Amino acid sequence: MEVASTGTLKNKTRFLDSFRRNIILRRVLSNRLAVTGCMLLSVIFLMAVFAPLIATQPPLQMKVTDRLKAPSAEHWFGTDEFGRDVYSRVLYGSRISIAVGFSVVVISSVFGLILGLYSAYYRHLDNLIMRVVDGLMAFPAVLLAIAIMAALGPKIENVIISISVVYIPTVARTVRSAALVVREQTYIEAIRALGGRSWRIIWRHIAPNCMSPLIIQATFIFAYAVIIEASLSFLGAGTPPPQPSWGNILSDGRTLIKQAWWIMVFPGVAIVMTVLGLNLIGDGLRDLLDPHTNKAKS
Amino acid sequence: MAKYILKRILYLLPVLAVVAVVDFVIIHLTPGDPAAVILGSDATDMDLAKLREQLGLNLPIYAQFGRWLWGVLHGDLGWSIFMDMSVSTAIWQHLGPTVSLTLLAEVIAIVVALPLGVVAAANRGTWIDQSFMTLALLGISIPSFWIGLNFILLFAVQLNWLPAAGYQPLSNGLVNHLKYLIMPAVSLGIMQGALIARMTRSSLLEVLNENYIRTAEAKGLSRFVIIFKHALRNAFIPILTVIGLTFAVLIGGAVVTETVFNIPGIGKLIVTSVMRRDYAVIQGAILMTAVAYVLINLVIDLMYVLIDPRVRLSK
Repeated sequence: MEVASTGTLKNKTRFLDSFRRNIILRRVLSNRLAVTGCMLLSVIFLMAVFAPLIATQPPLQMKVTDRLKAPSAEHWFGTDEFGRDVYSRVLYGSRISIAVGFSVVVISSVFGLILGLYSAYYRHLDNLIMRVVDGLMAFPAVLLAIAIMAALGPKIENVIISISVVYIPTVARTVRSAALVVREQTYIEAIRALGGRSWRIIWRHIAPNCMSPLIIQATFIFAYAVIIEASLSFLGAGTPPPQPSWGNILSDGRTLIKQAWWIMVFPGVAIVMTVLGLNLIGDGLRDLLDPHTNKAKS
Repeated sequence: MAKYILKRILYLLPVLAVVAVVDFVIIHLTPGDPAAVILGSDATDMDLAKLREQLGLNLPIYAQFGRWLWGVLHGDLGWSIFMDMSVSTAIWQHLGPTVSLTLLAEVIAIVVALPLGVVAAANRGTWIDQSFMTLALLGISIPSFWIGLNFILLFAVQLNWLPAAGYQPLSNGLVNHLKYLIMPAVSLGIMQGALIARMTRSSLLEVLNENYIRTAEAKGLSRFVIIFKHALRNAFIPILTVIGLTFAVLIGGAVVTETVFNIPGIGKLIVTSVMRRDYAVIQGAILMTAVAYVLINLVIDLMYVLIDPRVRLSK
């Protein structure tokens, strides 16, 4: 009897859960812009995952007789000065952008979350952490990343490290301001009165309530990370050639802009698709998760 | 009011201290011996020892920091071995183009973005709002250097209207100056403008929801008066803040844009120094941009006093 009742209870909560999820899903789907964003981003994700299958040539394969060929049936996006296929290089470039963007989001979210939560909870830590955050945020993002790259040397891992360092303060600040509000709620006081330990209050009760702003922020950081990776590689301080990244293909395209427009056009379109997709999703999530903008809209 | 200003200035000190420490630490993350990097592989041990002595590399790290900071506070940012001049002279020589470029970009951005944002907010939900906001969304999604490359392709290579790259100082005539600067400034200003337009719209929409706006409407005031006299002034603080904060985006974008258009500014100086591993210049130039950013935001915070009497009266 008892077993049966917990069983139905479980079923009931599962039903409620899926119902709730459905509402959220339906609201996401009703946001036309967010759907467009998801579609754009899916294209890029598929490009990154299936690059070896859909590339027409290995991205590094050179062919002197095919130098600077305009787009054609054989080379959809044309070829560069070494006769490499631009379409295949753009495909493989998506892997760098996605990998860098994703890693930066994970690293900066984890460190930013920890710093933000502890800074909001322990007021004496707050002054110290937030002054360091202010100081780091005084450096223009691209410049800070360039400086770190100059010190560490051009390698993918270093690109990820440098861009993560740039965005940890941003996440820390966002999480802190959300956590400061949660911290003052009555239920937190109640848990404290019941003798809840600090780490439990921080991670079980405050952290989950800071997730909405963090997720919104993370989407935009993904977008910025893609742009900064492209900028660094464009300047020669990012992904080292010959490995193709959208930024370093653009840099080749810049010097050949008079002879071969296609080298600079296609990787740029790929960057715009990715960043636009992420920004659309970010705006959509903000409309969905942030009650403040919801109020302003209605 | 004096208290607010004083507090705001005192608050700068810890931030500037962190900026100095971070700037110093980053450059000292460099693996290996900077002296060996500078002199190359065929340097003798004696030359290396001499250069280390000269650069203070044999001192403990905190002493090196103290020595560097003392210099910085006295206007000495170090010496560029590659350019054979002091870092401050190098920065000074490259400052003009960057100031011209960022100022022009900022002016273009504000002049275009403010009306766009106001019109979008005033026509909320209509096709005007939607198309303006789609434009703004595109604006924040297209990297400025790629816009620059497309401008070069269109206006310089195809149409031959403007020079593809280069820079003419203002002393060579305003028309000449603008002819070279207009493409980089517009491509740099687009992202900035898009950010300002989005903030203007959302900030104005928020104010338009307030009760006193409903009162103004009930009094029968015209839409124009409500928006420009009652709403915009109150919406202005977040707009100003975003202008100040996105100044970092502008300077960062300028670094790449200067490389695209071959403009001999601070950005070009930094990129060239990264290629040459001229760490003294990187350190000095980045310190200067961070300090500039902090000071610009100070000025903006002080402008609140002029715009918003609540700031002036608060204790």
